Amino acid sequence: MTITLNGAPLQTGATTLADLLHEAGFGPKVATARNGAFVPAGLRASTPITEGDRIEVLAPMQGG
Amino acid sequence: MTVLLAALALVALGYVAGLPRRLIGLMLVMLWLAVVLAHLVLPEGTGLLRATGGNLRGWLALGVVVVVVLGYRAGVSRLRKGALASVATPVPPASGPFSDTELDRYARHIVLREVGGAGQRRLKGARVLVVGAGGLGSPALLYLAAAGVGTIGVIDDDTVSNSNLQRQVIHSDARIGMPKVFSAQAAMTALNPFVTVRPYNRRLTADEAPALFADYDLILDGSDNFPTRLLVNAAAVAAGKPLISGAIAQWEGQLGLFDPASGAPCYACIFPEAPAEGLAPACAEAGVMGALPGVVGAMMAAEAIKEITGAGQSLRGRLLIYDALWRENRTVGLKRRAGCAVCGGVHPAG
Ligand SMILES: [Zn+2]
Repeated sequence: MTITLNGAPLQTGATTLADLLHEAGFGPKVATARNGAFVPAGLRASTPITEGDRIEVLAPMQGG
Repeated sequence: MTVLLAALALVALGYVAGLPRRLIGLMLVMLWLAVVLAHLVLPEGTGLLRATGGNLRGWLALGVVVVVVLGYRAGVSRLRKGALASVATPVPPASGPFSDTELDRYARHIVLREVGGAGQRRLKGARVLVVGAGGLGSPALLYLAAAGVGTIGVIDDDTVSNSNLQRQVIHSDARIGMPKVFSAQAAMTALNPFVTVRPYNRRLTADEAPALFADYDLILDGSDNFPTRLLVNAAAVAAGKPLISGAIAQWEGQLGLFDPASGAPCYACIFPEAPAEGLAPACAEAGVMGALPGVVGAMMAAEAIKEITGAGQSLRGRLLIYDALWRENRTVGLKRRAGCAVCGGVHPAG
C-alpha cells in the first residue's frame, strides 16, 4: 500500500506504526503522528497502518 | 470713542457667549473695515465720521500695526514648534501611556482589530525571555523589539563569529568577536529605543533558571543544543510559563508552544530524551539554509505577539513542521504524555 511518510509517498508492507518505524530504520527516540494526531510511543505497536495514511516521524532537532 | 466702545462691547459679548477667539477677531476686523469704508465713501464732516473719531490715515495705521503684531506672534510660535520637533525624543520608561511617537510607530498594529490599543499596551507591558541569540534568536529578537515588547531578556554565552553571519542577521561584520547578547542589544535598541533589553552574557544554568524565568511572562527557546532545550523546558514547566520552542536543521524547522499549566503538553512529553549522538547534528556539522531560521524565528515572534495580545489561535498542543526544501507546512496535534517526568508531577494531566 501507499502511505505518506514525512510528506513523501512511500510503498510499505508494514501493518503497524511500530513495524513501519522499524522498516524505515528509525530509532526509538522519535515522536510519531498518524493523520495529524500524536501517537505516544506505547501505542505504536497497536496502531494500524492503512492505505493513504499520513505518518509523521519527528526526530527532535537541536539547531537554533 | 463710539467705535472703541463698540469694539469693547463686541469682545465682552463674544467672551461671555463663549465664542471662539477667531470669530471675535473676525468681527473686530469687520468693524474696522466698516469704519475705513465709511471714511472712504462718506463726505467729510458727517456726524457718523465724527462719532468714529480720528481720520482715515489713523485707522489704516492701526490696521497695519495689528497685522504686523499678529504676524510676528504666528512666526514666533511656528519657530518654537519647529525647535521642539527637532529635539531628540526622550525615551519614556517601559510602562505608562504611549507618547505620540510611539502611537505613530505602532499605528499598523493599533489598526489591527485583533491587536488594537489594548493589545499594544499588553505588548508594552510584556516581558519575554529569549534563550539563544543565534539563527532563530536573530529574527525573533528583532521582531519582538520592533513590535514594542516592553522588556526583552536575551541569554547566550557565545560571541559573534564570521560563520554565524550567513544566517544570524541581528549581528554584523563589524561586531565579530562581540558577545552575541550585546551585539543583539545594539541592533534592537537601534531599531526601537522604546524597549528595554536585558542581556545575560552567560550559558543558562539550572541554578539560575528559576529566578531568571520568574522575571518573565513568556519564554522563547532558540538555543542550539539539547541540554539547554531540556533545561529550558523543565524551568518553564516549573515556573508555569508558556514556552515557544523553535528548532532547525538543514532545510527543516519545528515550532511548538508548550504549556502544561494550561493543559497542553511540555517539550519532554513529545521528546523525552535527547536523540542518540549523530542523529540530530548541530548546525555546524549538518549545515543550515540561511533563510530557514529567518522563517522559523519570525514565526516564533509571530506566535509570541499572538500569545501576548490573545489574537487568534495559539500553537498550544500543536507542532508545526516547516519543510523549506519541498515548501510544505505540516501540523501535528500533540497530547500530554501520562507519566512525563517533567510535567507529570507539577501540572497533573486532567
Ligand atoms: Zn511533559
